[in-house]
Amino acid sequence: MDAVTLLTVVVLAVFVGFEVVSKVTSKLHTPLMSGANAIHGIILVGAVIVAGQADDPWLLAVALLAVVLATVNLVGGFVVTDRMLEMFGPRKTARPGGSAGAGTGRTEEEGQ
Amino acid sequence: MSILAPAWTALFYLVAAVCFILALKGLSSPRTARRGNAIGAAGAAVAVVTVFLSARLENIPLILAAIAVGTALAVPVARRVQMTQMPQLVALFNGVGGGAAALVAVLELGHSGDSWVRLAVVFTMLVGAVSFAGSAVTVGKLQELISTRPLLFPGMPAVMVLVLAGALTAGGFVVLTGSAGWAGALLVLGLAAGLLLVLPVGGADVPIVISLLNAFTGLAVAASGIVLGNVLLLVAGTLVGASGTILTKVMASAMGRGVAGIMFGAFRGGSTAGSTTLSDRPVRSSSAEDVAVQLGYAQRVVIVPGYGLAVAQGQHTVAELATALTARGVDVVFAIHPVAGRMPGHMNVLLAEANVPYESLRELEEVNPEFANTDIALVVGANDVVNPAAKSSPGSPIYGMPILEVVQAQQVVFLKRSMRPGFAGIENELLHDPKTTLLFGDAKDSLSKVLGAVKIL
Repeated sequence: MDAVTLLTVVVLAVFVGFEVVSKVTSKLHTPLMSGANAIHGIILVGAVIVAGQADDPWLLAVALLAVVLATVNLVGGFVVTDRMLEMFGPRKTARPGGSAGAGTGRTEEEGQ
Repeated sequence: MSILAPAWTALFYLVAAVCFILALKGLSSPRTARRGNAIGAAGAAVAVVTVFLSARLENIPLILAAIAVGTALAVPVARRVQMTQMPQLVALFNGVGGGAAALVAVLELGHSGDSWVRLAVVFTMLVGAVSFAGSAVTVGKLQELISTRPLLFPGMPAVMVLVLAGALTAGGFVVLTGSAGWAGALLVLGLAAGLLLVLPVGGADVPIVISLLNAFTGLAVAASGIVLGNVLLLVAGTLVGASGTILTKVMASAMGRGVAGIMFGAFRGGSTAGSTTLSDRPVRSSSAEDVAVQLGYAQRVVIVPGYGLAVAQGQHTVAELATALTARGVDVVFAIHPVAGRMPGHMNVLLAEANVPYESLRELEEVNPEFANTDIALVVGANDVVNPAAKSSPGSPIYGMPILEVVQAQQVVFLKRSMRPGFAGIENELLHDPKTTLLFGDAKDSLSKVLGAVKIL
């Protein structure tokens, strides 16, 4: 792809990236960081490509290491983000304000 | 295999990229966050299947085995990790992502004839290596394997300048010649730069650094997209780079800091260390029964939870205490500092885990004006986020950070393990204030005792 097209893609992606997170509440900073972190695990696609083209055992070994690391980033990132968000479920928002912590411990069991 | 025609490949990558945008968008609101994350994971799955169907790949069984190994390593850790250790895990995942990007770039060096592409290789290697080494240091600091205080040695700024100059030189040679030897040197210098960048950062600022390194890894992945001519990597990496940068700025301003000040503050010297000697001035300590009486007969109590609460796994007990007090007619709210815990928004995750309803959580700007008509501020395992030094002593490492102004409350009760200072490593004047009482002990034990005493009032 030519340089101008790539530049166009980058510039648009920068603006989208700025725009989507600009209004996030501070309550969700940790899951958002974790979710964004999972997304860059997509480097797995790159690692798979280089591993698929490696013609030397040493290069292949390094490429497979990259595949393992990228998978940890991608899979672990999405799983852990989901686990955090599980606890922000709608059950709790529905509960009336006065009864702080009623049913403590219940979600933990349900959530596991 | 090359089952998919290039046009279909591009189309599926577009689907994946849109999924990532929707994921970030969804993660911005509590209602849609979980669905957003699931959409992101689906996008990633589409992209990974697409690469297997479109690129001409050898070694497919080995690649699948490596993916299985990575999954087997990541899933149990991600499922079992304590919520208190979340920041370390995010930093760890970020670091390995950066490492993977750097390795991908190294391996592509042999295939890149164009010097523009080699420039992208150099960028990916350098930034990926910085992110990997920097994240390793943040994990060490968060696990307290290494000191949370800024680590500096004489001449460090000069060393940093030398390392960066060396990295630029090595990078220049890689661009011009494509030499593997220079690429190796670049990788080593990148790792050194990552260490030097993060070691001088004080504990309180580590969360900002995690967010910044997250953005770095995003940029490294974007550059790897140029190296491989893969638009999805370019878009996804740029998205994370851009959103991570914004998030870093938002968090830094929640702490009243500039990002540059955090990263290079320690290099400018002087300010961040020091003032950490423990004074032996007297403090007023109290018993669980006395604290229970104070709380039980108050009209309005604000609970300020901090990392100590999380470490002691006391979030469920504090939620019960709030319920017991509410049942007695006491007005109880939780005041959440944006960086309470070890990471922005961390305390919200912990209290959500303990089923504390959103309605009783107050953010900093909301709650600060209310302290003046609060009878008791109950500070549980927090320290830096209520330390008046942030307002009063310009030399302090937390100076300028917005704090919860518990000092305005009629009385302040600290549940603390010891007189040890907080993560920022500085003493808290408030502990010696005449209206402050302290109850020493593990946060969960103290809370259980207070809860027991409240119940029999």
